[in-house]
Amino acid sequence: MRGIISAAGYLPHWRLPGASVAAVTGGSPPRGARTVASYDEDALTMAVAAGRSALAAAPERAPAALWFSTTSPTYLEKTNATIAHAALRLAGDVPAADAAGGLRGTAASLRAALRSTEPAVLLLAGDVRTGPSGSPEERDGGDAGAAVLVGDGDEHELAAVHLGGASATREFLDRWREPGDLRTRAWEERFGEQRYAELATTAWEEGLKDAGLDLADVARVAISGPHARAAAGLAKRLGAAGVDVADSLADAVGFTGAAHPALLLASLLEDADPGQVVALVSLADGADTFFFRATEAVAARRPAATVTDQVAAGDDSLSYAKYLSWRGVLPVQPPNRPEPARMSASAAERRLDWKYGFVGSRDRDTGALHLPPARVSFVGGNVDDMDPAPMADVPATVATFTVDSLAYSPSPPVVFAVCDFDGGGRLPIELTDVRPDDVSIGMAVEMTFRRLNTADGIANYFWKARPVRGGAGDERGR
Amino acid sequence: MASHGIKDQVAIIGMGCTSFKEHWDRGTDDLLVDAVTETLESAGVAKDDVDAWWLGTAQSGMSGVTLAAPLKLAGKPVTRVENYCATGSEALRQACYAVASGAYDVACAVGVEKVKDSGYQGLNAFPIPTDGTQRTLTAAAMFSLVAPAYAERYGIDPDVLRRTLARIASKNHANGAKNPRAQFRREMSVDAICKMPAVAGMLSVFDCAGVADGAAAAVVVRAEDAHRYTDQPLYVKALSFVAGSGSGLLDPGFDYTHFVECEAAAKDAYAQAGITDPRRELAMAEVHDCFTPTELVLMEDLGFSERGQAWRDVEDGVFDLNGDLPVNTDGGLKSFGHPVGASGLRMLFECWLQLRGEAPDDRQIDTVERGLALTHNLGGYPGEMVSFVGIWGNRPG
Repeated sequence: MRGIISAAGYLPHWRLPGASVAAVTGGSPPRGARTVASYDEDALTMAVAAGRSALAAAPERAPAALWFSTTSPTYLEKTNATIAHAALRLAGDVPAADAAGGLRGTAASLRAALRSTEPAVLLLAGDVRTGPSGSPEERDGGDAGAAVLVGDGDEHELAAVHLGGASATREFLDRWREPGDLRTRAWEERFGEQRYAELATTAWEEGLKDAGLDLADVARVAISGPHARAAAGLAKRLGAAGVDVADSLADAVGFTGAAHPALLLASLLEDADPGQVVALVSLADGADTFFFRATEAVAARRPAATVTDQVAAGDDSLSYAKYLSWRGVLPVQPPNRPEPARMSASAAERRLDWKYGFVGSRDRDTGALHLPPARVSFVGGNVDDMDPAPMADVPATVATFTVDSLAYSPSPPVVFAVCDFDGGGRLPIELTDVRPDDVSIGMAVEMTFRRLNTADGIANYFWKARPVRGGAGDERGR
Repeated sequence: MASHGIKDQVAIIGMGCTSFKEHWDRGTDDLLVDAVTETLESAGVAKDDVDAWWLGTAQSGMSGVTLAAPLKLAGKPVTRVENYCATGSEALRQACYAVASGAYDVACAVGVEKVKDSGYQGLNAFPIPTDGTQRTLTAAAMFSLVAPAYAERYGIDPDVLRRTLARIASKNHANGAKNPRAQFRREMSVDAICKMPAVAGMLSVFDCAGVADGAAAAVVVRAEDAHRYTDQPLYVKALSFVAGSGSGLLDPGFDYTHFVECEAAAKDAYAQAGITDPRRELAMAEVHDCFTPTELVLMEDLGFSERGQAWRDVEDGVFDLNGDLPVNTDGGLKSFGHPVGASGLRMLFECWLQLRGEAPDDRQIDTVERGLALTHNLGGYPGEMVSFVGIWGNRPG
């Protein structure tokens, strides 16, 4: 059988309440809040975070391919997915490629993965949705990453079995953005609304047939659309027919672009009971429908941090000015310090497992941990007698910390801590997703893959530590 | 295998030191010419009498040509050295060893740094291509880690420690106010320093060394030749240097309340010089007060205070100009700024003045009869640093 092995969403820590925007731009406060990628996050880092979560939920399954979809890629020309490949420490024979640019890349990747003969395909998706101040993308958008591990398996291996689905495609102009442009433009939405309604209906009906289902068999449907009107027609019709239409997360997250279909799928499976049939509809320059039946394993495959948990967490203290500065909409004065130099491509490649995978080395004799990896041990001096020590998933504790208002940062001040890892090992490293006043000695932290800075167009990725939040997804509860 | 030192084998016979300030009208070449000219006059030797030169500069120039070209040194060995913030002391150390070895009769060590041409605040390291994973914290922030760690280990209220650190800065400013070569010549009260906004941890800009340009130099000869040049040479009693392994960054056992490299360098230096009770045998010390917590911890690492007691000794005025062991009598990095290549030699220049009784009356120490002075540099960060300790005396034996 083919289906979903595991799926996970990643929501960034920060929230921008609509009221915070309205206080500056005027007008009536819109819906609740949107998720906001931190200044050191992008589509790729959020996708990696989701990928770590999905893979952790299926530890015995290794992806045979990695596909990454986004409309806000770090690079054109250069493949973005290879960075995720390195961060997730996938094997060298696992191809990694992008489905970047258009919103439909995610649904197309999911469709292709479900029809693929690869034993397992890891789909990553991420997007940072932004636009000029006051734009629909700023108001209705959200930032997120999502991951879906698609593959072969039986009832005990798959979280959900793929039953069938269909696609409908027709060229029409609804929303568009020129490469490099901040602003996404749109045709009158009523045009798109009608076109999406037709396409959705076709894909839905054909999908049901393909899956051999009646409407009554479908317990729940999630609909991802680029704007509220696009999804409204189908939602209304299915709702009237008695199908439970899942929350589109518009009020708590926002439309997360290429991430959204995968995010909604992860959310659907989190809430699905064994045996339930759930459907995903993705509207993006066409319509794609997917029908799944949750298995007995669906609960076991649930990621440690669910979408629901992450929606409930989050920090809405972010000011609108800070948000605008993070997105580059509002230029701000940096400290009068030299900006970081670009990383060396060859030096980074030599340290691939360290820089992207956060793998140190451990002295085979003394157990002394070295971050970064070293050839000579600081305990006993053994030479070239170390094992790789993957540390990305090892919890750590703040031994001491400081706040640096002088150092260059895309978002000063720098919060920096000496972190001691459970089971030994230390690294002085930058903290993120934290307010300076909230740091304390003894605070529990976890590692997160981030974009430190960009120089010469080269994005410099590495790891930071962030506080372990006391949400329901925090099993450590420290 | 052992560190034997070269006690009383070589001596300083002349020194010079420029003023340390924002020398907008002086380039690296000018500072070198000024410092060397003053030094040669002090020693009573001509440029051509110097057999070999060592130039310490962290990033104001590369190679010996940086010194040879502006001084028009022809046909002489000139070596440029760099060793973080101990660069100036490293130049001197190499010159001393060269003379002690018998390779040369007269050597000159010069240190210079032209910091203020960068256009940025603070000291900024030359970027070496890396994998992009290195820390980008300022030195102030790295050293700020020491204060809360020290307070926690010894159970000191952070507000009390805040005043102790301010007292260190206030003492050094008071000393610097008496020194015409210093960058900052204004006294600062403890209260005024405590009111400054924090920029890194609990540190304000007044907990940080200034940023200045400057140069200093010394002429070194064999001890037995010294009296041909001066009646008051300074004898080299000890030269020690430790480059840390960086294990403090890896080792959860390191608690940021001491600097192992400085402890080790001090231990070696005291052994070379035959010193067993530095607090009572030394007349003075010039230590690397890059940040106030650094000077606090150094009082313990250098053996002037018991562990956990330096803050009390600071409060008791032990290290004041008229205290039991005056520290940074010229004003320190706090008042002088820190032109990296020059600082170590600037410290020695203060010892040169004090041990020869040439310091101005309002700065002359009462302890000079002890006859020994210590200079100390460190460079790098807590957990991964280099440290130099030198001991100098105004009489042999």
